[in-house]
Amino acid sequence: MSDVLARVKKIVVEHLDVEEEKVTESASFIDDLGADSLDNVELVMAFEEEFDIEIPDDAAEHIQTVGDAVKFISEKTS
Amino acid sequence: MSKRRVVVTGLGLVTPLGCGVETVWSRLIQGQSGLARIEHFETDDLSCQIAGIVPRVDGRNGGAPDVDGSFDPDAVMAPREQKRIDDFILYAIAAADEALKHSGWEAADERASERAGVLIGSGIGGLQTIYDASVTLHERGPRKLSPFVIPAMLINLASGQVSIRHGLKGPNHAVVTACSTGAHAIGDAARLIAYGDADMMVAGGAESAITRLGFGGFGAARALSTGFNDNPKAGSRPYDKDRDGFVMGEGAGVVILEDYDSAKARGATIYGEVAGYGLSGDAYHITAPAEDGDGGYRSMKMALDNAGMTGGDIDYVNAHGTSTPKGDEIELRAVERLFGGTADSLVMSSTKSAIGHLLGAAGAVEAIFSILAMRDGICPPTLNLDNPSVETAINLAPKAAVKKTVDVALSNSFGFGGTNASVIFRRAD
Repeated sequence: MSDVLARVKKIVVEHLDVEEEKVTESASFIDDLGADSLDNVELVMAFEEEFDIEIPDDAAEHIQTVGDAVKFISEKTS
Repeated sequence: MSKRRVVVTGLGLVTPLGCGVETVWSRLIQGQSGLARIEHFETDDLSCQIAGIVPRVDGRNGGAPDVDGSFDPDAVMAPREQKRIDDFILYAIAAADEALKHSGWEAADERASERAGVLIGSGIGGLQTIYDASVTLHERGPRKLSPFVIPAMLINLASGQVSIRHGLKGPNHAVVTACSTGAHAIGDAARLIAYGDADMMVAGGAESAITRLGFGGFGAARALSTGFNDNPKAGSRPYDKDRDGFVMGEGAGVVILEDYDSAKARGATIYGEVAGYGLSGDAYHITAPAEDGDGGYRSMKMALDNAGMTGGDIDYVNAHGTSTPKGDEIELRAVERLFGGTADSLVMSSTKSAIGHLLGAAGAVEAIFSILAMRDGICPPTLNLDNPSVETAINLAPKAAVKKTVDVALSNSFGFGGTNASVIFRRAD
């Protein structure tokens, strides 16, 4: 498991209070992990903080799954 | 249209004397005090360093997991959810949970849930949330603000959260009238039922302003007690000659109000009837009460007229009585004026002497104390009343509860801005 995926998983587990097994790359924050639109905003902020990056609003809109987040962050930080 | 009778069928309390109606009430009538020194934030530079703090399982104000009545936020909701609401909402939810459970009310069908509403107010709302967000904005900019800042601090989100939690789809409303919020919430909610807009209302007030901003602000207005930082339990002393300001409290009071016929039909225990409600404005000053006490007088008079009663019908008054040098005597004189020759048979006490001033929650908590006074025939004491500053024929229940049959009780709440509310409860079967 990549370092980015592990860190993203940890944030998602903490913020959404879900079991780690459910946080797969294909899991949708809203459809599978019980998030609402405000949770999504908070998650994006937490990713920004953890990886010291900025995620613009238009990019944030496309981060719907754990995999989307990992992909975006990996590209930003590579 | 003919108005419907409205009765109280459930009670819920979170107060500095603990959580849970029976725990709080038994401590109150025993003469215990919930006031303490503030230990959970820096107070060295504050003029007032004492408060009525809700005891918590984390040790705050003597609370502990094995101490009866200690507030456990985790028992109300998951830690993740707690971060999205200010404490005043947390208290409101806990008190509403207790009141609903206590009442035994459950929505029989979809129609019943659409006829059940919530009207919980707060004087100030999420003060600490606003403060924390302001600091974040100043130091780190708007992109670092949580999406939960606004829903965490909005006053009507207490009603919103309770509605969502219990599926209550009727009127969803909130009152904001400073220290008379809780009384107005109960009075207004009763009217919604009386006029047929709802059959059941969850009504009350909640507050959590024991914060540095709250103490700095009220301290600047010279409203708080400053002379009892080393003896906190003596700080709130309504009518006593040494009183020097109010002691802030926190918590929530919530009642379940129902249309009389609906309550009877489901066999609910009826704790009392909302018999009268009065409201008025001083039109005088932003923080000081009018010297002649006319606002409070007219509020009480309207409630009596509304109930079809006279002063002599009232057995117990739960006073606003905040322990400020001016306000206590003004209210006392207004009550004397209203009750005339019957004042000598009246018992009036200020329970703020035991729990402090819960601001927007005060009226609701004190309404519950008034109802329990009727239930048990006991008027709670005015603690610390060693030397009354004035002579009066009224029994102020100094330092010890007074046993008395109470068929009718009146609860007063007056707030900044010159807003006044009086609610009368009568025994009902």
